[in-house]
Amino acid sequence: MIQLIDVKKGFGAVEVLRGVNLTIPKGESMVIIGGSGTGKSVALKCVLGLIKPDSGTILVDGEDVKKAHRDTFLSHFGMLFQGGALFDSMPVWENVVFRLLRGSLKRPREEAREIAIEKLRRVGLRANVADQFPAELSGGMQKRVGLARAIAAEPQIIFFDEPTTGLDPIMSGVINDLIREIVVEMGATAMTITHDMTSVRAIADKVAMLHDGVIQWTGPVGEMDAAEDPYLRQFITGSADGPIEAVR
Amino acid sequence: MVVTAPVAAIGRSTLGALAALGRVSMFTGQTLRHMVTPPFYPRELWNAMITIGWLSLPVVGMTSVFTGAALALQIYAGSNRFGAESVVPQIVAIGMTRELGPVLGGLMVAARVASSVAAEIGTMKVTEQIDALVTLSTNPMKYLTAPRVLAATLTVPILVGVGDAIGIMGGYLVGTTRLGFNEAAYLRNTFDFLQFWDVGSGLVKGAAFGFLIALMGCYHGMNSGRGAQGVGAAVKSAVVASSVLILASNYLLTEAFFGS
Repeated sequence: MIQLIDVKKGFGAVEVLRGVNLTIPKGESMVIIGGSGTGKSVALKCVLGLIKPDSGTILVDGEDVKKAHRDTFLSHFGMLFQGGALFDSMPVWENVVFRLLRGSLKRPREEAREIAIEKLRRVGLRANVADQFPAELSGGMQKRVGLARAIAAEPQIIFFDEPTTGLDPIMSGVINDLIREIVVEMGATAMTITHDMTSVRAIADKVAMLHDGVIQWTGPVGEMDAAEDPYLRQFITGSADGPIEAVR
Repeated sequence: MVVTAPVAAIGRSTLGALAALGRVSMFTGQTLRHMVTPPFYPRELWNAMITIGWLSLPVVGMTSVFTGAALALQIYAGSNRFGAESVVPQIVAIGMTRELGPVLGGLMVAARVASSVAAEIGTMKVTEQIDALVTLSTNPMKYLTAPRVLAATLTVPILVGVGDAIGIMGGYLVGTTRLGFNEAAYLRNTFDFLQFWDVGSGLVKGAAFGFLIALMGCYHGMNSGRGAQGVGAAVKSAVVASSVLILASNYLLTEAFFGS
């Protein structure tokens, strides 16, 4: 379970998170929606420890992330970055099993390569992709490789940062389906941030709407369309009229 | 307000410079700590040694051969004024090993390596690859910075040594083909005159320059701003900072080694 309790974070004079409270139960898929620049990525990076919150508490399975042993803590996580964040200097298979080639989870190279090929197959990529370099792949293939890397070490918690950004609708659908299948299959807790409503409906068990530094609405995805929260309504309908200012 | 404005500007600049010095000092301390504490990444170290050392050999070699050749011509022209042409082999040797080999080699490596390291790490930062390393339980300082700095510290002295030899060879070629020196006498004069510390001091300088070059590349890469402009600025700062530090530390080391 992931809990954010009154988490605040500012950059200079700009207060991005103004007291975020959110609970993601174990094994659930939570999707955080909100406009660009509303602090979705900041919230996610705060959980991972990539950004230090100014105040508030973040608990993962009851343990305060500030006090957790960093390597052990991070070994429970997998993350798909918005742009893939694949390492250009190494072939695809080494990217996928990066964590298994070094550190406490280290395996022999041959074994790690087999695992990489298996994970690549799981995300719909052929074995011959393993020896290519990230720059040789299309955007959709890079996302799949990023997804394979996120699940390679069988993490208990997976984060997805804008998983369909920059992809065509068909490839977005493929990635959404893959994410859903993998999260269900692994029983992992998932936290996704996106502003793609098709992704929300495909991936989410629960949805949280982040706006103006706080969670404006949260609830099951099935209740989202019937909700009367004006922020959520405006976001779902994509209307320029409403409490969310179109010009920021 | 108007009267105090210049003082305030000086104060801001001073504080900014001190803060930058503090950041670089902390970065240096962290780098040194990560160089000597596990986990180590030997594959990264090897790759960095190839990239920084082996692949810099052509540029250092070219620089050295032409520098040695030009040096022989200049010393001959100068010493000719008071009939001391015979010192050309000795002065070429001492000039190359003590000063020109390490300094010019260091500057060429700075241009080639500090820029590429800053660009690579800066690009990794803006494309979230550094964040990805952290989420994969890998400390970027240990994985990116420590191997590069160690590799440069180990390989630049070797480059300097090879550059010294090639530079002396450049002087030998000009001396024997253009200036009329006897081939065997040129070599004998060179090797009889050179002392261990002439070469050794240059190698120590090379190690110091290698450390500074990679450190500046990594520091500016890790602190790169966003986008292409941020990476470009990081590359420029890395090359400028490492070049200035090479020249400044060269003076300090020369003073320490040879100042009376």
